[in-house]
Amino acid sequence: MKEDQKGVVCEVSAGSSLKNRLLSMGIYPGREITKLSHFALRGPVAIRVGRSVLAIGHGMAGKITLEVV
Amino acid sequence: MKKIFLLGNPNVGKSVVFSRLTGVRVIASNYPGTTIEVDKGYLKAGTDQFEVVDLPGTYSLEPTSKAEEVTVRLLKENSKEDITVINIVDATNLERNLYLTLQLIEEGYSVIVCLNMCDDTKHRGINIDVDKLEKLLTVPVISTCAVTGVGIKFLIQRLKEAKLNARKELSHQQRWQEIGEIVESVQQLTHRHHNLREILEDASIRPFTGMLISVLVIFTSFKVVRFIGEWLITNICDPFFFNYYQPVLEKLSLSLGREGFWHHLLIGDLINGGIDFKQSLGVLTTAPYIEFAMVLPYIVSFYFILSILEDVGFIPRLAMLLDNLLHRLGLHGFAIIPVLLGFGCNVPGILSTRILESKRERFIASTLISIGIPCVPLQAMIFGILGKISGLYVAGVYLVLFSIWLVLGSILNRTLKGYSPEFLVEIPPYRLPPLSVLFHKLFFRIKAFIFEAAPVVLLGVLLVNLFLTFGLFNLITNIFSPIVKGLFGLPKEAVVALAIGFFRKEVAVGLLMPLGLNVKQLFIASVLLAVSFPCIATFVVLLRELGLRGVIKATAIMAATAIIVGTILNFGIRY
Repeated sequence: MKEDQKGVVCEVSAGSSLKNRLLSMGIYPGREITKLSHFALRGPVAIRVGRSVLAIGHGMAGKITLEVV
Repeated sequence: MKKIFLLGNPNVGKSVVFSRLTGVRVIASNYPGTTIEVDKGYLKAGTDQFEVVDLPGTYSLEPTSKAEEVTVRLLKENSKEDITVINIVDATNLERNLYLTLQLIEEGYSVIVCLNMCDDTKHRGINIDVDKLEKLLTVPVISTCAVTGVGIKFLIQRLKEAKLNARKELSHQQRWQEIGEIVESVQQLTHRHHNLREILEDASIRPFTGMLISVLVIFTSFKVVRFIGEWLITNICDPFFFNYYQPVLEKLSLSLGREGFWHHLLIGDLINGGIDFKQSLGVLTTAPYIEFAMVLPYIVSFYFILSILEDVGFIPRLAMLLDNLLHRLGLHGFAIIPVLLGFGCNVPGILSTRILESKRERFIASTLISIGIPCVPLQAMIFGILGKISGLYVAGVYLVLFSIWLVLGSILNRTLKGYSPEFLVEIPPYRLPPLSVLFHKLFFRIKAFIFEAAPVVLLGVLLVNLFLTFGLFNLITNIFSPIVKGLFGLPKEAVVALAIGFFRKEVAVGLLMPLGLNVKQLFIASVLLAVSFPCIATFVVLLRELGLRGVIKATAIMAATAIIVGTILNFGIRY
C-alpha cells in the first residue's frame, strides 16, 4: 500500500486484547483508513482513521488486512 | 460525599478540566498518558460538596495498560449511585471519543458529556449540533474550552441533571454503527485548504521531513536551554550571590572567629582567606549556591522548553521517529516520554513508565533511565565544571551515556524473558498552548523542585560536614578505595562524593569541586555519578514500581555497569 492511499479494513488477525484495543481506537473490519507514511527498516506506519492520526508498529500493522480502494 | 469521575480518551484535556473544577494544579500536556496517577480535589456546587477524581485516559472500558487498569478498577470499585461521570470528549474527534461515551451510558453510569476543545473545532471546519447530540445520547452535553475556562460554569450547573442510565448493551460493531449515525447527523464539516499547521503536522510524521524537523527542534531546544540557563546564572544568580550574599556571610564568618566547629558547619573552609561558594562546603555557602545558582537556573530553562515541547504536541512525533531504534532496546517509541521526563528528574521519568504496557518494558525503561539519563541537577553541575574546561568533554559524557544505553539496552533486550508489545499511539494535532497555562505548569514544577530538593541538599551538606568532622567516612573510604583508586583512577576522597550521590547528585559534584581533580578524573567522576546508583528518591520509586526483586536486579546491573564503564574510561581511553 502506498502513501496517501485509502483502504477498507478486511480483517484484524490478532489476539482478542489487541483486537479490542484497535477496535476501541476505531480500527475494525469495514472501516476506511488512509495510510500516511511508513518508516524504513520495519519502522512504524502512520495512518489516519476518521479524524485521528495513529502510529502503529510494523508488526501490528502487518496484522491488519486491507482492501485498497 | 458524592464523587465525580473525570473520564475520557487520552489527551482530551481531563487534567485541564480537573484544574478548572477544583483549583488544584496538575500537570497537563499534549500527549496521551500525561496523567499516570489518580489526582483528587474538591468542588463545591451550590450546597453540594463533591470529590473530583482525575483518572488516566482510556479508549474503552477494557484496559490495555497499567494506567488504564487503574481507571477501570476505580470505576468498578464504586457503586453506580455514588458517582457522576464527567465524560470528556474531544470535539475535534467526536467519532472516536463517542465509543467510550456509549460504553459508559450502556453500563448505566450517570454520565454528563463535556464536549471539550470547542475553540479548536472552528479552525478545523467542524460544526457540531450540541442540542441534537444531547437528544441522541440522552445525557446532558455541554460544550467547553477548558484551557480558557469557557463553559465550565455551565458544566457545574448541569451536574445534577446527570441521571442513572439504562440502555441496551450493544456489540462492538453495533456501537460503531450507532456512532457513525450519530456523527453523521450532528456534525457538519466544511472543507478547507490545508493551513501551515496541517502542513507541519503532516511533514513531521513522514520519515525524511520528520527526521529533519526533529533534529532541528532538539538542537534548538538544547541550545536554548543552555542559553537561558547561562543567562540566568551570569545576570541574576551570580550577581546576587557575590554582591549581596557574600558580604553578609563574610561578616558572619568574622563573628564566628573564622574557625571552629560552627564555622566549619555553616561557612565551611576558607579558600585563600575568603569564602568560595564552590569550595567552602558550608551549609550556608556551598549548599545554597549549588542549589540556587548552579542548578535552579537550569531547572527553569529545562522545564520551560520541555513544557513547550509537551504542549505543542511534538513528543509523540519524536516517539514515532525513534520507534525503530528503541525497538532494538526492547522498548518502543513511546518510551521516549519517560526518558525525556527523566532528563528533568529520574523520579517522574520512572513513574511515567506506567504508560508502557508490559512489565518487561517497564523494567528495561526504568533501569536504563536510572543508569543512562542524568537529571537536570547533575547535568547542570557537569556543565558548570566540565563545560568550563571545554564543551567537548560535556559532549563526551553524553556520548558515553548514549553508548551505554545502546549496549545495555541490547543486552537486556536479548536476555530478558517476555515480550515487548508493539507501538500503538495516537499522534495529537499541534496546538499552541496559551502562555498562562505554560507558566502555571513551569511554576508548578519549579516549586516542586525547590521544596523537595533544597531541604535535602542542605541536609546532605550538613551530614557530610558532621561526618567529616567526626571522621565517620574513613571506614567506607578505606573499603572502597581499592575500586575507586585502582580501577577508576580517582583519589580516595572521591568515595565520599560518590556515596553522597546517593543523596543528591548535585551535592556529590559539589564535593568533587574542592578535590582539585584533573580533567580525566572529572570526566570519569561525572560519568560514574550518572551511571552508578541513582539518588535515594529514585530508589524509592524504583522499589514501588519494580518491586524488591526488580530493584535488586536493577541495582546489580547498575553496579556492574559502573565498574565496567569506570574501568574502561580509566584504562581504555587516552585524554
